[in-house]
Amino acid sequence: MRSSLTQVESPRTFPGAVAPQRHYRVDADGVGIAVNEWGDERDPVLVMVHGGADFSRTFDVFAPLFAAAGWRVVAWDHRGHGDSDHTHLYSFEADLRDATRVLDAVAPRRPVAVLGHSKGGSILTSLAEAQPFRFRSFINLDGIPYRRPGPDLPEYQRADALNTEITGWLEHRRRSATGSRKPGTIEELARRRAQMNPRLSNEWLEYLVTVGAREDADGWRWKLDPSMRMGGFGPWKPEYGLFRLAGLGVPFLGVLVGADEPMGWGTKPHQVEKWMPRNGRLEYFDDLGHFIHIEQPKMVADMALEFLGAPA
Amino acid sequence: MSTVTLQHNRIELALHQLRPATGEGRPLLLLHGLGECSPTSVPHDVESWPGSIWGLDFTGHGESTIPVGGGYSAEVLLGDVDAAINHLGTVTLVGRGLGGYVALLAAGACVDAVHGAVITDGPGLTGGSYESSVPQSARLMDQGQIPDPYALHELSRDVRAADYALDFVQYSVANSDLAEPINVSALYRPTWLAEVAAAPGVASLPLADALNLYR
Repeated sequence: MRSSLTQVESPRTFPGAVAPQRHYRVDADGVGIAVNEWGDERDPVLVMVHGGADFSRTFDVFAPLFAAAGWRVVAWDHRGHGDSDHTHLYSFEADLRDATRVLDAVAPRRPVAVLGHSKGGSILTSLAEAQPFRFRSFINLDGIPYRRPGPDLPEYQRADALNTEITGWLEHRRRSATGSRKPGTIEELARRRAQMNPRLSNEWLEYLVTVGAREDADGWRWKLDPSMRMGGFGPWKPEYGLFRLAGLGVPFLGVLVGADEPMGWGTKPHQVEKWMPRNGRLEYFDDLGHFIHIEQPKMVADMALEFLGAPA
Repeated sequence: MSTVTLQHNRIELALHQLRPATGEGRPLLLLHGLGECSPTSVPHDVESWPGSIWGLDFTGHGESTIPVGGGYSAEVLLGDVDAAINHLGTVTLVGRGLGGYVALLAAGACVDAVHGAVITDGPGLTGGSYESSVPQSARLMDQGQIPDPYALHELSRDVRAADYALDFVQYSVANSDLAEPINVSALYRPTWLAEVAAAPGVASLPLADALNLYR
Protein backbone atom coordinates (compact mmCIF):
# COMPACT_ATOMS: atom_id res chain seq x y z
CA MET A 1 0.00 0.00 0.00
CA ARG A 2 1.39 3.42 -0.96
CA SER A 3 0.12 6.84 -0.05
CA SER A 4 1.68 10.15 -1.08
CA LEU A 5 2.92 12.70 1.41
CA THR A 6 3.55 16.40 1.11
CA GLN A 7 7.15 17.58 1.29
CA VAL A 8 7.95 20.55 3.50
CA GLU A 9 10.70 22.78 2.20
CA SER A 10 13.80 22.85 4.38
CA PRO A 11 14.78 26.25 5.81
CA ARG A 12 18.47 25.41 5.26
CA THR A 13 20.40 24.33 2.20
CA PHE A 14 23.62 22.37 1.81
CA PRO A 15 25.83 22.17 -1.29
CA GLY A 16 24.75 19.19 -3.38
CA ALA A 17 21.77 18.31 -1.17
CA VAL A 18 18.61 17.52 -3.10
CA ALA A 19 15.24 16.75 -1.51
CA PRO A 20 13.68 13.48 -2.68
CA GLN A 21 11.54 13.66 -5.81
CA ARG A 22 8.94 11.27 -4.38
CA HIS A 23 7.82 10.73 -0.82
CA TYR A 24 5.16 8.22 0.23
CA ARG A 25 4.26 5.71 2.92
CA VAL A 26 4.17 1.94 2.83
CA ASP A 27 2.06 0.01 5.32
CA ALA A 28 4.16 -2.52 7.22
CA ASP A 29 1.66 -4.52 9.27
CA GLY A 30 0.11 -1.35 10.65
CA VAL A 31 3.35 0.61 10.95
CA GLY A 32 3.58 3.43 8.40
CA ILE A 33 7.02 3.44 6.78
CA ALA A 34 8.08 6.70 5.09
CA VAL A 35 9.85 6.15 1.76
CA ASN A 36 11.91 8.67 -0.19
CA GLU A 37 13.00 8.34 -3.80
CA TRP A 38 15.48 10.18 -6.00
CA GLY A 39 15.79 9.72 -9.77
CA ASP A 40 13.59 8.66 -12.64
CA GLU A 41 10.89 6.20 -11.58
CA ARG A 42 11.56 4.10 -14.70
CA ASP A 43 15.24 3.54 -13.84
CA PRO A 44 16.50 0.36 -12.15
CA VAL A 45 16.11 0.37 -8.37
CA LEU A 46 19.01 0.95 -6.01
CA VAL A 47 17.95 0.55 -2.38
CA MET A 48 19.76 2.56 0.31
CA VAL A 49 19.31 1.60 3.98
CA HIS A 50 20.36 4.03 6.72
CA GLY A 51 21.95 3.19 10.05
CA GLY A 52 20.65 3.29 13.63
CA ALA A 53 19.45 6.70 14.87
CA ASP A 54 19.75 8.03 11.31
CA PHE A 55 17.06 8.53 8.67
CA SER A 56 16.80 8.38 4.90
CA ARG A 57 17.31 12.10 4.34
CA THR A 58 20.92 11.61 5.44
CA PHE A 59 21.28 10.45 1.80
CA ASP A 60 20.29 13.92 0.46
CA VAL A 61 23.76 14.48 -1.03
CA PHE A 62 24.76 10.86 -1.67
CA ALA A 63 21.58 9.57 -3.37
CA PRO A 64 21.36 12.24 -6.09
CA LEU A 65 24.81 11.18 -7.35
CA PHE A 66 23.36 7.76 -8.14
CA ALA A 67 20.13 9.22 -9.54
CA ALA A 68 22.23 11.27 -11.96
CA ALA A 69 23.94 8.02 -13.06
CA GLY A 70 20.65 6.35 -13.99
CA TRP A 71 19.47 4.74 -10.76
CA ARG A 72 16.09 5.07 -9.06
CA VAL A 73 17.23 5.39 -5.46
CA VAL A 74 14.74 4.13 -2.86
CA ALA A 75 15.37 4.76 0.84
CA TRP A 76 13.04 4.54 3.82
CA ASP A 77 13.03 5.58 7.45
CA HIS A 78 13.16 2.60 9.81
CA ARG A 79 10.21 2.31 12.19
CA GLY A 80 10.59 4.94 14.91
CA HIS A 81 13.03 6.95 12.77
CA GLY A 82 12.51 10.01 10.56
CA ASP A 83 8.97 10.28 9.23
CA SER A 84 8.01 6.65 9.88
CA ASP A 85 5.55 5.78 12.61
CA HIS A 86 6.57 5.37 16.21
CA THR A 87 5.24 2.05 17.45
CA HIS A 88 5.16 -0.20 20.51
CA LEU A 89 8.13 -2.46 19.89
CA TYR A 90 11.40 -2.29 17.97
CA SER A 91 13.63 -5.18 16.96
CA PHE A 92 16.12 -6.14 14.29
CA GLU A 93 13.73 -8.76 12.90
CA ALA A 94 10.93 -6.19 12.73
CA ASP A 95 13.27 -3.94 10.74
CA LEU A 96 13.89 -6.83 8.33
CA ARG A 97 10.18 -7.37 7.93
CA ASP A 98 9.55 -3.67 7.30
CA ALA A 99 12.29 -3.74 4.64
CA THR A 100 10.50 -6.52 2.80
CA ARG A 101 7.27 -4.52 2.79
CA VAL A 102 9.03 -1.62 1.06
CA LEU A 103 10.76 -3.96 -1.38
CA ASP A 104 7.44 -5.63 -2.14
CA ALA A 105 6.05 -2.19 -2.96
CA VAL A 106 8.88 -1.04 -5.25
CA ALA A 107 10.35 -4.25 -6.69
CA PRO A 108 8.27 -7.31 -5.82
CA ARG A 109 10.20 -10.58 -6.21
CA ARG A 110 12.74 -8.82 -8.40
CA PRO A 111 16.47 -8.60 -7.63
CA VAL A 112 17.71 -5.07 -6.97
CA ALA A 113 21.02 -3.42 -6.12
CA VAL A 114 21.28 -2.55 -2.43
CA LEU A 115 23.52 -0.35 -0.31
CA GLY A 116 23.46 -0.24 3.47
CA HIS A 117 25.28 1.99 5.91
CA SER A 118 26.14 0.82 9.43
CA LYS A 119 23.11 -1.01 10.89
CA GLY A 120 21.57 -0.73 7.42
CA GLY A 121 24.42 -2.92 6.15
CA SER A 122 23.71 -5.45 8.88
CA ILE A 123 20.00 -5.49 8.09
CA LEU A 124 20.78 -6.19 4.44
CA THR A 125 23.30 -8.90 5.35
CA SER A 126 20.58 -10.73 7.29
CA LEU A 127 17.97 -10.10 4.62
CA ALA A 128 20.35 -11.55 2.03
CA GLU A 129 20.19 -14.85 3.88
CA ALA A 130 16.43 -14.71 4.50
CA GLN A 131 15.41 -13.61 1.00
CA PRO A 132 18.36 -13.82 -1.41
CA PHE A 133 16.06 -13.55 -4.42
CA ARG A 134 15.73 -9.83 -3.73
CA PHE A 135 19.45 -9.11 -4.25
CA ARG A 136 21.33 -8.21 -7.43
CA SER A 137 24.45 -6.72 -5.82
CA PHE A 138 25.29 -5.47 -2.34
CA ILE A 139 27.39 -2.60 -1.00
CA ASN A 140 28.02 -2.46 2.75
CA LEU A 141 29.40 0.82 4.15
CA ASP A 142 31.02 0.15 7.54
CA GLY A 143 28.19 -2.17 8.55
CA ILE A 144 30.12 -5.36 9.29
CA PRO A 145 30.17 -5.99 13.04
CA TYR A 146 33.11 -7.76 14.59
CA ARG A 147 33.50 -6.77 18.22
CA ARG A 148 30.72 -6.87 20.78
CA PRO A 149 29.14 -3.56 21.83
CA GLY A 150 31.08 -2.03 24.67
CA PRO A 151 34.62 -2.87 25.70
CA ASP A 152 35.92 -6.39 25.50
CA LEU A 153 35.85 -7.74 29.04
CA PRO A 154 37.21 -10.79 30.81
CA GLU A 155 34.65 -13.49 31.58
CA TYR A 156 34.30 -12.66 35.28
CA GLN A 157 33.36 -9.03 34.54
CA ARG A 158 30.89 -9.75 31.77
CA ALA A 159 27.86 -10.39 33.98
CA ASP A 160 28.51 -7.13 35.87
CA ALA A 161 28.71 -5.17 32.62
CA LEU A 162 25.56 -6.82 31.33
CA ASN A 163 23.71 -5.96 34.51
CA THR A 164 24.81 -2.32 34.30
CA GLU A 165 23.47 -2.17 30.75
CA ILE A 166 20.19 -3.85 31.70
CA THR A 167 19.69 -1.61 34.72
CA GLY A 168 20.04 1.46 32.50
CA TRP A 169 17.66 -0.03 29.96
CA LEU A 170 15.01 -0.88 32.55
CA GLU A 171 15.25 2.62 34.04
CA HIS A 172 14.72 4.02 30.57
CA ARG A 173 11.71 1.75 29.98
CA ARG A 174 10.12 2.94 33.22
CA ARG A 175 9.99 6.55 32.05
CA SER A 176 9.79 6.15 28.27
CA ALA A 177 5.97 6.02 28.13
CA THR A 178 5.79 9.76 28.62
CA GLY A 179 9.22 10.86 27.41
CA SER A 180 9.82 13.40 24.68
CA ARG A 181 12.96 14.68 23.04
CA LYS A 182 14.56 17.86 24.32
CA PRO A 183 13.65 20.89 22.21
CA GLY A 184 16.19 23.40 20.98
CA THR A 185 17.25 25.66 18.18
CA ILE A 186 18.65 24.30 14.94
CA GLU A 187 22.11 25.19 16.20
CA GLU A 188 21.58 23.44 19.54
CA LEU A 189 20.35 20.21 17.96
CA ALA A 190 23.29 20.30 15.53
CA ARG A 191 25.71 20.70 18.44
CA ARG A 192 24.15 17.72 20.22
CA ARG A 193 24.43 15.57 17.13
CA ALA A 194 28.04 16.65 16.67
CA GLN A 195 28.86 14.55 19.74
CA MET A 196 27.92 11.46 17.69
CA ASN A 197 29.17 12.89 14.39
CA PRO A 198 32.35 14.81 15.34
CA ARG A 199 33.82 14.51 11.85
CA LEU A 200 30.86 16.09 10.05
CA SER A 201 30.60 19.83 9.37
CA ASN A 202 28.36 22.10 11.35
CA GLU A 203 26.77 23.25 8.11
CA TRP A 204 25.75 19.66 7.30
CA LEU A 205 24.49 18.94 10.80
CA GLU A 206 22.33 22.08 10.79
CA TYR A 207 20.91 21.04 7.43
CA LEU A 208 20.25 17.59 8.89
CA VAL A 209 18.23 19.14 11.72
CA THR A 210 15.89 20.78 9.22
CA VAL A 211 15.15 17.47 7.46
CA GLY A 212 15.36 15.09 10.44
CA ALA A 213 13.73 17.11 13.20
CA ARG A 214 10.35 18.81 13.45
CA GLU A 215 9.66 22.33 14.58
CA ASP A 216 7.27 22.54 17.53
CA ALA A 217 6.09 25.69 19.29
CA ASP A 218 8.93 25.38 21.84
CA GLY A 219 11.68 24.52 19.36
CA TRP A 220 13.05 21.74 17.13
CA ARG A 221 13.00 18.08 18.19
CA TRP A 222 14.63 15.09 16.51
CA LYS A 223 11.88 12.85 15.13
CA LEU A 224 13.55 9.68 16.46
CA ASP A 225 11.17 7.94 18.87
CA PRO A 226 12.25 8.94 22.40
CA SER A 227 11.36 5.46 23.64
CA MET A 228 14.29 4.06 21.65
CA ARG A 229 17.67 3.88 23.34
CA MET A 230 21.14 3.54 21.92
CA GLY A 231 23.07 0.40 22.74
CA GLY A 232 21.22 -2.62 24.00
CA PHE A 233 21.78 -6.17 25.08
CA GLY A 234 20.67 -9.63 24.15
CA PRO A 235 22.04 -12.94 22.97
CA TRP A 236 23.34 -11.36 19.76
CA LYS A 237 26.93 -12.06 18.67
CA PRO A 238 28.96 -10.40 15.93
CA GLU A 239 29.67 -13.81 14.41
CA TYR A 240 26.05 -13.94 13.29
CA GLY A 241 26.82 -11.21 10.76
CA LEU A 242 30.11 -12.73 9.66
CA PHE A 243 28.84 -16.17 8.71
CA ARG A 244 26.08 -14.53 6.70
CA LEU A 245 28.68 -12.41 4.95
CA ALA A 246 30.53 -15.55 3.92
CA GLY A 247 27.33 -16.97 2.46
CA LEU A 248 26.43 -14.05 0.21
CA GLY A 249 25.75 -15.18 -3.34
CA VAL A 250 25.76 -11.83 -5.16
CA PRO A 251 28.61 -9.41 -6.00
CA PHE A 252 29.61 -7.73 -2.73
CA LEU A 253 31.58 -4.57 -1.95
CA GLY A 254 32.48 -4.05 1.70
CA VAL A 255 33.88 -0.73 2.88
CA LEU A 256 35.66 -0.30 6.21
CA VAL A 257 37.16 2.82 7.79
CA GLY A 258 40.01 3.54 10.17
CA ALA A 259 39.09 6.77 11.97
CA ASP A 260 37.74 6.13 15.45
CA GLU A 261 34.51 7.92 16.41
CA PRO A 262 31.56 7.32 18.78
CA MET A 263 29.22 5.75 16.23
CA GLY A 264 31.95 3.72 14.50
CA TRP A 265 32.12 -0.04 14.70
CA GLY A 266 35.90 -0.34 14.65
CA THR A 267 35.97 -3.38 12.37
CA LYS A 268 39.33 -3.86 10.67
CA PRO A 269 40.04 -5.63 7.36
CA HIS A 270 42.05 -8.50 8.89
CA GLN A 271 39.02 -9.39 11.03
CA VAL A 272 36.73 -9.64 8.03
CA GLU A 273 38.93 -10.91 5.20
CA LYS A 274 38.56 -14.58 6.04
CA TRP A 275 34.76 -14.21 6.00
CA MET A 276 34.54 -12.54 2.60
CA PRO A 277 32.15 -14.20 0.12
CA ARG A 278 33.45 -15.64 -3.15
CA ASN A 279 32.17 -12.61 -5.08
CA GLY A 280 33.46 -10.16 -2.50
CA ARG A 281 35.72 -7.13 -2.54
CA LEU A 282 36.87 -5.22 0.51
CA GLU A 283 38.03 -1.58 0.54
CA TYR A 284 39.61 0.14 3.53
CA PHE A 285 40.03 3.88 4.15
CA ASP A 286 42.31 4.46 7.11
CA ASP A 287 41.74 8.23 7.36
CA LEU A 288 37.96 8.33 6.96
CA GLY A 289 35.19 7.82 9.51
CA HIS A 290 32.00 5.83 9.96
CA PHE A 291 29.95 8.31 7.88
CA ILE A 292 32.26 7.95 4.91
CA HIS A 293 29.46 8.57 2.40
CA ILE A 294 28.81 11.95 4.00
CA GLU A 295 32.48 12.84 4.44
CA GLN A 296 33.38 11.92 0.85
CA PRO A 297 30.13 11.46 -1.10
CA LYS A 298 31.65 11.83 -4.57
CA MET A 299 34.55 9.43 -3.97
CA VAL A 300 32.29 6.78 -2.41
CA ALA A 301 29.64 7.19 -5.11
CA ASP A 302 32.25 6.85 -7.88
CA MET A 303 33.59 3.66 -6.29
CA ALA A 304 30.08 2.26 -5.81
CA LEU A 305 28.96 3.17 -9.34
CA GLU A 306 32.01 1.49 -10.80
CA PHE A 307 31.25 -1.62 -8.72
CA LEU A 308 27.56 -1.64 -9.67
CA GLY A 309 28.19 -1.22 -13.38
CA ALA A 310 25.52 -0.01 -15.77
CA PRO A 311 22.08 0.32 -14.13
CA ALA A 312 20.18 -1.50 -16.86
CA MET B 1 -9.71 -12.14 40.78
CA SER B 2 -8.93 -8.44 40.53
CA THR B 3 -6.78 -6.77 37.88
CA VAL B 4 -4.53 -3.72 37.87
CA THR B 5 -3.22 -2.08 34.71
CA LEU B 6 0.47 -1.24 34.57
CA GLN B 7 2.31 0.87 32.03
CA HIS B 8 5.43 -0.52 30.34
CA ASN B 9 6.55 1.99 27.75
CA ARG B 10 3.48 2.18 25.44
CA ILE B 11 2.14 -1.20 26.52
CA GLU B 12 -0.64 -1.55 29.08
CA LEU B 13 -0.08 -4.72 31.07
CA ALA B 14 -2.76 -6.65 32.92
CA LEU B 15 -1.58 -7.84 36.32
CA HIS B 16 -4.13 -10.12 38.00
CA GLN B 17 -4.36 -10.80 41.69
CA LEU B 18 -5.44 -14.44 41.87
CA ARG B 19 -5.65 -14.53 45.64
CA PRO B 20 -4.84 -12.20 48.56
CA ALA B 21 -2.28 -13.32 51.12
CA THR B 22 -3.40 -15.98 53.54
CA GLY B 23 -0.45 -15.50 55.85
CA GLU B 24 2.90 -13.77 56.09
CA GLY B 25 5.16 -13.52 53.11
CA ARG B 26 5.96 -11.81 49.86
CA PRO B 27 3.90 -12.04 46.67
CA LEU B 28 4.25 -14.95 44.28
CA LEU B 29 4.19 -13.83 40.63
CA LEU B 30 3.25 -16.40 37.99
CA LEU B 31 4.63 -15.94 34.46
CA HIS B 32 2.78 -17.83 31.75
CA GLY B 33 4.20 -19.72 28.80
CA LEU B 34 4.28 -18.64 25.16
CA GLY B 35 0.75 -18.24 23.79
CA GLU B 36 -0.87 -18.61 27.20
CA CYS B 37 -2.15 -16.00 29.62
CA SER B 38 -2.35 -15.70 33.37
CA PRO B 39 -4.54 -18.33 35.03
CA THR B 40 -7.81 -16.99 36.44
CA SER B 41 -7.52 -18.94 39.68
CA VAL B 42 -4.69 -20.21 41.82
CA PRO B 43 -3.08 -23.35 40.34
CA HIS B 44 -3.25 -26.19 42.85
CA ASP B 45 0.51 -26.68 42.94
CA VAL B 46 1.14 -23.18 44.37
CA GLU B 47 -1.87 -23.08 46.73
CA SER B 48 0.35 -23.49 49.79
CA TRP B 49 2.08 -20.13 49.16
CA PRO B 50 1.18 -17.89 52.13
CA GLY B 51 1.61 -14.52 50.43
CA SER B 52 -0.59 -13.02 47.74
CA ILE B 53 -0.55 -14.74 44.34
CA TRP B 54 -0.48 -12.80 41.08
CA GLY B 55 -0.40 -13.56 37.36
CA LEU B 56 0.94 -11.24 34.67
CA ASP B 57 -0.23 -11.16 31.06
CA PHE B 58 2.86 -10.57 28.92
CA THR B 59 2.83 -8.04 26.08
CA GLY B 60 0.64 -9.35 23.25
CA HIS B 61 -1.05 -11.92 25.50
CA GLY B 62 -4.25 -12.08 27.56
CA GLU B 63 -5.60 -8.64 28.45
CA SER B 64 -2.34 -6.77 27.76
CA THR B 65 -1.84 -4.53 24.73
CA ILE B 66 -1.35 -6.11 21.30
CA PRO B 67 1.54 -4.10 19.79
CA VAL B 68 1.31 -2.87 16.21
CA GLY B 69 3.68 -4.69 13.85
CA GLY B 70 5.42 -7.08 16.22
CA GLY B 71 9.03 -6.62 17.35
CA TYR B 72 9.05 -8.98 20.37
CA SER B 73 12.01 -10.22 22.34
CA ALA B 74 12.39 -12.02 25.65
CA GLU B 75 14.06 -8.82 26.87
CA VAL B 76 10.84 -6.85 26.25
CA LEU B 77 9.05 -9.38 28.47
CA LEU B 78 11.75 -8.79 31.10
CA GLY B 79 10.60 -5.15 31.00
CA ASP B 80 7.05 -6.42 31.62
CA VAL B 81 8.22 -8.25 34.75
CA ASP B 82 10.11 -5.16 35.89
CA ALA B 83 6.86 -3.17 35.67
CA ALA B 84 5.10 -5.81 37.80
CA ILE B 85 7.91 -5.78 40.35
CA ASN B 86 7.69 -2.00 40.60
CA HIS B 87 4.06 -2.48 41.59
CA LEU B 88 4.42 -5.50 43.89
CA GLY B 89 7.84 -5.02 45.45
CA THR B 90 10.05 -8.05 46.05
CA VAL B 91 8.49 -11.21 44.62
CA THR B 92 9.16 -14.88 44.09
CA LEU B 93 8.74 -15.90 40.46
CA VAL B 94 7.35 -19.11 38.99
CA GLY B 95 7.56 -19.23 35.22
CA ARG B 96 6.16 -21.72 32.73
CA GLY B 97 8.12 -22.29 29.54
CA LEU B 98 8.97 -18.91 28.04
CA GLY B 99 7.91 -17.39 31.37
CA GLY B 100 10.57 -19.54 33.03
CA TYR B 101 13.25 -18.11 30.75
CA VAL B 102 12.00 -14.58 31.48
CA ALA B 103 12.03 -15.41 35.21
CA LEU B 104 15.70 -16.33 34.86
CA LEU B 105 16.42 -13.01 33.12
CA ALA B 106 14.59 -11.17 35.91
CA ALA B 107 16.50 -13.06 38.60
CA GLY B 108 19.70 -11.60 37.19
CA ALA B 109 18.44 -8.20 36.06
CA CYS B 110 16.33 -7.38 39.16
CA VAL B 111 18.31 -9.33 41.74
CA ASP B 112 17.24 -7.18 44.71
CA ALA B 113 13.53 -7.66 43.91
CA VAL B 114 13.48 -11.33 42.97
CA HIS B 115 13.59 -13.73 45.92
CA GLY B 116 13.88 -16.94 43.98
CA ALA B 117 12.94 -17.83 40.41
CA VAL B 118 11.48 -21.23 39.55
CA ILE B 119 11.65 -22.48 35.97
CA THR B 120 8.99 -25.06 35.07
CA ASP B 121 7.94 -26.85 31.90
CA GLY B 122 5.64 -25.06 29.50
CA PRO B 123 5.25 -23.62 26.00
CA GLY B 124 8.26 -21.73 24.71
CA LEU B 125 10.79 -23.34 27.01
CA THR B 126 13.02 -24.33 24.12
CA GLY B 127 13.08 -21.02 22.26
CA GLY B 128 14.82 -20.82 18.92
CA SER B 129 18.22 -22.20 18.06
CA TYR B 130 21.35 -21.79 20.15
CA GLU B 131 22.80 -19.61 17.41
CA SER B 132 21.15 -17.24 15.01
CA SER B 133 18.92 -19.07 12.54
CA VAL B 134 17.73 -17.91 9.13
CA PRO B 135 15.86 -14.64 9.71
CA GLN B 136 12.16 -14.71 8.95
CA SER B 137 10.18 -11.92 7.40
CA ALA B 138 6.99 -13.64 6.34
CA ARG B 139 3.84 -11.57 6.65
CA LEU B 140 1.38 -12.95 9.16
CA MET B 141 -2.16 -12.51 7.96
CA ASP B 142 -4.12 -12.97 11.16
CA GLN B 143 -2.96 -9.94 13.09
CA GLY B 144 -4.98 -8.32 15.84
CA GLN B 145 -5.84 -11.60 17.51
CA ILE B 146 -5.05 -12.68 21.06
CA PRO B 147 -2.41 -13.88 21.60
CA ASP B 148 -0.67 -11.83 18.96
CA PRO B 149 0.54 -14.07 16.09
CA TYR B 150 3.77 -12.04 16.00
CA ALA B 151 4.36 -12.92 19.65
CA LEU B 152 3.99 -16.61 18.82
CA HIS B 153 6.21 -16.28 15.76
CA GLU B 154 9.01 -14.14 17.16
CA LEU B 155 9.18 -15.47 20.70
CA SER B 156 9.34 -19.06 19.49
CA ARG B 157 12.47 -18.21 17.51
CA ASP B 158 14.54 -16.10 19.91
CA VAL B 159 18.15 -17.16 20.28
CA ARG B 160 18.76 -19.03 23.55
CA ALA B 161 22.50 -18.95 23.87
CA ALA B 162 23.66 -20.77 26.99
CA ASP B 163 26.49 -18.33 27.71
CA TYR B 164 24.00 -15.45 27.70
CA ALA B 165 21.68 -17.29 30.09
CA LEU B 166 24.64 -18.10 32.33
CA ASP B 167 25.52 -14.40 32.64
CA PHE B 168 22.14 -13.90 34.34
CA VAL B 169 22.72 -16.92 36.56
CA GLN B 170 26.16 -15.65 37.54
CA TYR B 171 24.92 -12.18 38.46
CA SER B 172 21.98 -13.55 40.40
CA VAL B 173 24.04 -16.04 42.38
CA ALA B 174 26.75 -13.48 43.14
CA ASN B 175 24.34 -10.81 44.37
CA SER B 176 21.31 -12.58 45.83
CA ASP B 177 20.75 -13.16 49.54
CA LEU B 178 19.84 -16.73 48.67
CA ALA B 179 22.43 -19.46 48.26
CA GLU B 180 20.40 -20.89 45.36
CA PRO B 181 18.29 -18.08 43.89
CA ILE B 182 17.32 -20.05 40.78
CA ASN B 183 15.55 -23.40 40.73
CA VAL B 184 15.01 -25.57 37.69
CA SER B 185 11.91 -27.72 38.20
CA ALA B 186 11.43 -28.38 34.50
CA LEU B 187 11.62 -32.03 33.47
CA TYR B 188 12.65 -31.19 29.94
CA ARG B 189 15.94 -29.30 29.70
CA PRO B 190 17.00 -27.90 26.36
CA THR B 191 20.71 -27.09 26.08
CA TRP B 192 20.51 -23.60 27.58
CA LEU B 193 18.52 -24.89 30.54
CA ALA B 194 20.72 -27.93 31.10
CA GLU B 195 23.70 -25.59 31.42
CA VAL B 196 21.77 -23.30 33.76
CA ALA B 197 20.74 -26.27 35.91
CA ALA B 198 24.35 -27.43 36.15
CA ALA B 199 25.67 -24.02 37.23
CA PRO B 200 26.72 -23.36 40.85
CA GLY B 201 23.92 -21.73 42.83
CA VAL B 202 21.10 -23.32 40.85
CA ALA B 203 18.86 -25.87 42.56
CA SER B 204 16.84 -28.58 40.84
CA LEU B 205 14.02 -29.19 43.28
CA PRO B 206 10.41 -30.06 42.45
CA LEU B 207 8.14 -27.00 42.46
CA ALA B 208 6.66 -27.65 45.93
CA ASP B 209 10.10 -27.95 47.51
CA ALA B 210 11.35 -24.87 45.66
CA LEU B 211 8.44 -22.84 47.01
CA ASN B 212 9.32 -24.00 50.52
CA LEU B 213 12.88 -22.89 49.90
CA TYR B 214 11.85 -19.39 48.81
CA ARG B 215 8.92 -18.91 51.25
